[in-house]
Amino acid sequence: MSEWPLWEVFIRSQHGLAHRHVGSLHAPTSEMAVCNARDVYTRRNEGVSIWVVKSADISASEPNNKDMLFEPSHDKIFRHPTFYDLPDDVDYM
Amino acid sequence: MNNNIEELSLSLFMGDNNLILSHRLSEWTGHAPVLEEELALANVALDLLGQARMWLEYAAEISEDYKTADDLAYKREIWEFRNVALVEQPNGHFGDTIVRQFYYDNWHKLILEHLYQSENERIAGIAEKSLKEVRYHLERSAQWTVLLGDGTEESHNKLQTSVNHFWPYALELCNTNTANSGFDDDLASLSRQTWIDSLSNIIAEATLQLPETEFSYSGGREGIHTEHLSLILAEMQCLPRAYPGTQW
Amino acid sequence: MYSQVIDEQPVSSDELNAQEALFQEKIDNDIKIEPRDWMPDGYRKTLIRQISQHAHSEIVGMLPEGKWLTRAPSLTRKSILLAKVQDEGGHGLYLYSAAETLGVTRDEMYLALHSGKAKYSSIFNYPTLTWADIGVIGWLVDGAAIMNQVPLQRCSYGPYARAMVRICKEESFHQRQGFEMLITLCKGKPVQKAMAQDALNRWWWPSLMMFGPPDADSVHSAQSMRWKIKMNGNDELRQKFVDVCVPQAELLGLTIPDNKIIWNEEWQQHDFGEVNWDEFYNVLKGNGVCNRERLKARVDAWEDGAWVRDAAKAYAVKRQRSSSL
Repeated sequence: MSEWPLWEVFIRSQHGLAHRHVGSLHAPTSEMAVCNARDVYTRRNEGVSIWVVKSADISASEPNNKDMLFEPSHDKIFRHPTFYDLPDDVDYM
Repeated sequence: MNNNIEELSLSLFMGDNNLILSHRLSEWTGHAPVLEEELALANVALDLLGQARMWLEYAAEISEDYKTADDLAYKREIWEFRNVALVEQPNGHFGDTIVRQFYYDNWHKLILEHLYQSENERIAGIAEKSLKEVRYHLERSAQWTVLLGDGTEESHNKLQTSVNHFWPYALELCNTNTANSGFDDDLASLSRQTWIDSLSNIIAEATLQLPETEFSYSGGREGIHTEHLSLILAEMQCLPRAYPGTQW
Repeated sequence: MYSQVIDEQPVSSDELNAQEALFQEKIDNDIKIEPRDWMPDGYRKTLIRQISQHAHSEIVGMLPEGKWLTRAPSLTRKSILLAKVQDEGGHGLYLYSAAETLGVTRDEMYLALHSGKAKYSSIFNYPTLTWADIGVIGWLVDGAAIMNQVPLQRCSYGPYARAMVRICKEESFHQRQGFEMLITLCKGKPVQKAMAQDALNRWWWPSLMMFGPPDADSVHSAQSMRWKIKMNGNDELRQKFVDVCVPQAELLGLTIPDNKIIWNEEWQQHDFGEVNWDEFYNVLKGNGVCNRERLKARVDAWEDGAWVRDAAKAYAVKRQRSSSL
């Protein structure tokens, strides 16, 4: 019989932060995947919340399309805060 | 005369059960059916070992004969151990280990919920800390019971055999006929029926059936054990016994 | 615990085509290669072999130490060892996951291990005979492993590098606990110190072998280094290891079983004796004390667990069916 499905694991390391991809594991069900993720990826209290998603359910961009997807934003430098020159005495911005 | 005889009995009972079950679970290391399960079993073993230490440290403070948790674990004779026979039983196959754990986790959670309300702050504190871990142990063993019980025909048959096999040993956990054991009130509050009720939903979901036999193993609390414990202790205590008075 | 590069296949010497040139350029510029990026077949195959060997070493490595879990002489030591062996399982899992991103399944890697096709670090074919072995394994075996693994955090393949970062972070306590245990033994009763010396005598040379054969005999290293999946030469790391261990052994009051060890003022490093490479290749071939036992333990675990894996899978299929009705 074939292998248990592969799950990608995302962990929120502390309140206020986004979930971050930490790795993957095998499990028969989503509940078991959450349990396994706890045992495998939070052995040192690394997390406050766990997401698991079947690897097969993830759609990804093609590496060859990188230019199409990401290049256009390179010239939108106005999105970056350093684009704006402000007088030195303006603090906290 | 020790004034804390009840507390001593209770903490030895809790500590020994956890210590011996942890020993059994650690035997799985390197031999589990999948890698993820290696980590999970080791996790439960580690949790139970930590809890055993808390109980035995408390017992050592009360005890007049032993000074430390290590003394209690490594220097006691077999008749001084207070654990039930269930936790001594060999691991068997993975399904055996799961059923043994499922029985134990259900009882463990119930007794800790009770001890958590204790007026003795020390006991309540240990129970509170342990409960967080034990709720998770139960979640895992319950999930596995369902997966294996309602898996294939082979796994179903295996699990039903395990359920039957461990039943009389598990009933000892709720054996309230404990004259002289000193904590009748605490344990009597957890009746056999309460424990059986706690199992029933998962057992039904797993398409399994609990046995109807009433026979319960007994003797652990009085220091009468199965032969397995003598082998466990021979292994566990080998170094401190071979080199008395040595620091490790 | 350890990656040991064994039996690498020679890489095709075909002229680099444009794609390969681009690939090499990325590596030269320290741009990480990610799973869906184009990569030469040789790179993929070499990585799968290297990462899976490393993963196998972690899980086989659980066995010799696992034997002492039930005999650890104090509750503290027992907890530490259990946590450590559990970590090794976790490290195996991170590495299998990294290898899976290269298009191989974990089952395929297991089958290669069980059939004897894939190797694991030969160090784990030596037996653990006394409690002191647990200390020496932490000190020397984990010490050698860390020395190998730290540079791999910068290797060119993203998932492997990230797994290495996690492993190195977690493994820092492994070596320390071993050394601390040895300090206790060496300060203890004479029999404890004798135990430690005996363990050092048995583990020293196999630890030096962990860095792999001399660079001169390791003809495939060059390509792996160009691909940045091997960051240092075997001899360089072995030398570093000896230089680190000599003063540590002195501190413990133990004698390294090599009477050729001497400080070389001119080279500013220690000279040391010749490793018995015949022994290394012999153990690699399957003739170590524990080769058969270790492999059998893994195969048995796999075969005995088949009904469990099948049952869980059958349950999941059943549930999926009933939820889609």
